[in-house]
Amino acid sequence: MKRSALLAAVLLLAGTALPARAADAPPALPSGDFAVTGATIAVGDGSAPIPGGTLVVRGGRIVAAGKSVAVPAGIPVIDGTGKWVTPGLVTAMTDLGLVDVGAVDESNDSYAGTARFSAGLDVSVAIDPDAPPVAISRASGITRAGVAPLAANAIFAGQGAVIDLAANGPGMVKSRAFQVVELGERGAELAGGSRVAAQALLRNALREARELAQRKPGKAADGDAPGQPTDALLTRADAAALIPVVTGKQPLFVHVERAADIRGVLALGREFPALRLVIVGAGEGWRVAGEIAQAKVPVLASALADLPNTFETLAVTQSNVGRMTAAGVKVALGGFYENDQPRYAPQFAGNLVGLSRLPGATGLSWGQALAAITSIPADILGEGAVFGSLKPGLAADIVIWDGDPLEVASAPVTIYVAGSLQSLVNHQSRLRQRYRRSTEGALPKAYE
Amino acid sequence: MGHMAMHGLAALALLASPMAGMAETKPAPATGPVWQENPYPSTYKPYPGDPTAIVGATVFDGTGGEIANGTVLLKGGRIVAVGDARLAVPDGFRRIDGTGKFVTPGVIDIHSHLGVYASPQVAAHSDGNEATAPTTPQVWAEHSVWPQDPGFSRALTNGGVTTMQILPGSANLIGGRSVVLKNVYARTVQAMKFPGAPYGMKMACGENPKRVYGGKGQMPSTRMGNMAVDRQTWIRAAEYRKKRAEGKLTDRDLAMDTMADVLDGKILVQNHCYRADEMAQVIDMAKEFGYKVSAFHHAVEAYKIADLLRDNGICAAIWADWWGFKMEAFDAIPENAALLADQGACVIIHSDDANGIQRLNQEAAKARAAGKRMGITIPDGEVIRWITLNPAKALGIDRQTGSLAQGKMGDVVLWNGNPLSVYSRPEKVWIDGALLFDLGDPKRRPVSDFELGLPGEGDVK
Repeated sequence: MKRSALLAAVLLLAGTALPARAADAPPALPSGDFAVTGATIAVGDGSAPIPGGTLVVRGGRIVAAGKSVAVPAGIPVIDGTGKWVTPGLVTAMTDLGLVDVGAVDESNDSYAGTARFSAGLDVSVAIDPDAPPVAISRASGITRAGVAPLAANAIFAGQGAVIDLAANGPGMVKSRAFQVVELGERGAELAGGSRVAAQALLRNALREARELAQRKPGKAADGDAPGQPTDALLTRADAAALIPVVTGKQPLFVHVERAADIRGVLALGREFPALRLVIVGAGEGWRVAGEIAQAKVPVLASALADLPNTFETLAVTQSNVGRMTAAGVKVALGGFYENDQPRYAPQFAGNLVGLSRLPGATGLSWGQALAAITSIPADILGEGAVFGSLKPGLAADIVIWDGDPLEVASAPVTIYVAGSLQSLVNHQSRLRQRYRRSTEGALPKAYE
Repeated sequence: MGHMAMHGLAALALLASPMAGMAETKPAPATGPVWQENPYPSTYKPYPGDPTAIVGATVFDGTGGEIANGTVLLKGGRIVAVGDARLAVPDGFRRIDGTGKFVTPGVIDIHSHLGVYASPQVAAHSDGNEATAPTTPQVWAEHSVWPQDPGFSRALTNGGVTTMQILPGSANLIGGRSVVLKNVYARTVQAMKFPGAPYGMKMACGENPKRVYGGKGQMPSTRMGNMAVDRQTWIRAAEYRKKRAEGKLTDRDLAMDTMADVLDGKILVQNHCYRADEMAQVIDMAKEFGYKVSAFHHAVEAYKIADLLRDNGICAAIWADWWGFKMEAFDAIPENAALLADQGACVIIHSDDANGIQRLNQEAAKARAAGKRMGITIPDGEVIRWITLNPAKALGIDRQTGSLAQGKMGDVVLWNGNPLSVYSRPEKVWIDGALLFDLGDPKRRPVSDFELGLPGEGDVK
């Protein structure tokens, strides 16, 4: 971050919030308690969509969703004819709330190349629910997300959080929800130049965290002062942040791509059985899918990676997610970084359905594809009992779509987070209104 | 539509282009330099193909037209006829049942860096930006293209892409010559070069050049610096061109050769430019020096000046919905294409991306849908034109390809469903009448040299 004080001051002066304009106000729709009838309902648990279904929401929670669901008397009803209803979409690793504009360095809190801490970094303190990409993602149907730091100065990136994308919300669902570590090419680079060095750093870090956890507060060990021993590589804050990782209280998201590195992560799991591992990337996961399934390690994988961009992704194929899923691996769609923003999740999922129709390729069924962007990422974030599907009791994160949600022509028309109706107004929608015609009218565009 | 106006230049460039012919040596004044007009000529030769009849499919012909239950006939590398079910299939044609399927012209990507930023994207393959000087019109992208880039195969099999313009990157204000390629693997770049395609010259506005050179403490470091360096270079080019025409050159300047060819209308300007205000500045600069911009690429704010682009006959080559990744992309909106089309400006959907090039059909579909939600209805056939005939026109190759018209190259895609659906993929792709991809035949799936003997060789990808 290179935030200039002058620029900050200018931004402060200019930063008065504009009132939302009436033209884009959401229509008068109910919040909290309502039903949607006559819609195609997709529960998000892997099951096939249900035509002519009904959804009932009370007190911001799902009461029922399905074919033969009675609408309680007196509850407001939304006519869902011709519409589709899904759970709000979930993306497990994003930079939402950490970035205003990616390439505008001073607006980007997703990485810290010269920070003094690594594993101890905690993104929850920096998340801004008003960051423009949050509103853009919300309007695309994303209602919950994992927010992850990017590793930039050490193999550990720090601790991610889980947020909701409700407008006007604090947004925080769970801080310090997971730790992120790089163990492939990127990890090698960050560790000093090799995977060997990355593995040594990782094992040392886990050891230091374990020792710190075992040390009584205030009591010196082996002549060291309380806290970290003098030969420690980690700062005390970094070691302390890894204690929930080594004790299995916090999942460890490990980014690796190639088959050998995935095997290495699975071996790490055998060596440190308390670790709750999640593999991120796994571009060559299909080659070791049986082993991943056996180890019961879930995966966040890019849907459409099929280019050997690196020597660790030589065998990538769009069939990767389908093949791993078929082998019994719990796979959510991931890879939502940079230009692959979370709003592309339905298109990526739809492509995997298309893939299932091609000879020799392996894709997902429609229900599986939706699950890979709803309930499965919610599960991987440890929130599967809170949101991510239309099962009774879960938070009423609801998206009503104007067509098949996985089809590129479709878009959300109404969105709820925990039963609360959301505004779909954002920077883009306001520009769209202003520039319906490119030419000026009676006054400059700035008055429209 | 207003964008028809631009064809004039492209067609002229084609007719006048020496690139279309054999290498030739200009008779030179006694003391002047001697040069070949076309020193790296295309050696592309179409592969043989059976006379083929695709029958019963919905045909989007690339011009905006749609034929239900259509028939497309290919023979001798060319499209010999396109019609409805009444079109008779001559004897000796291989019949392909297209019932429930769709036919389009081969997809054309006007903005690709395949080959110059090849996979694997290691530093050794970083050949797209000669970022050592802000203007490098002397470099030619074809001298960087690695014909074994695995990305070419993905663009073919997943995207139905049959023709691409490979551009230098946008670090420089003037990045160098582009090259138009047929998407056919070859041992040499020359054997991929689209026969007769005019060259393009890549230019770039905005953040990239001023960031790259400003960061080195040199000009340009501002947008006004961008314009000043451009204008100064055009002044030089105009002087060079005048001397060249008068036979008064004593030394040859590779950079000025390219720019003088732009001023002569032989090379088409392909201008990376995001912001509306900057595009307007470039339009005036083009008028100042007497050249024409063929297309503004990455024109995320084109919708703000749809009238200006329409009236100047300049296409907007755009992503469907990339947004917000850099400051000059902050005002991108997914309705860009539809707003442009609605006001009569020329729309092209481009990729600039080795992944995006595999889904230009889906991108076009998204852009159309965004328009529909705000009340702008665009027929399927017109949307297909955004990834076929419109890019062909902006590349000056619309007489040869880009639509399914009699006599044009047999560049054709058979899709297993409507290409504007996320669920559809190419089933067969013909280039110059040769079947170069067949979903059902692993032997009709190209594998680059790079992938041989490595994990994943020959997989479905």
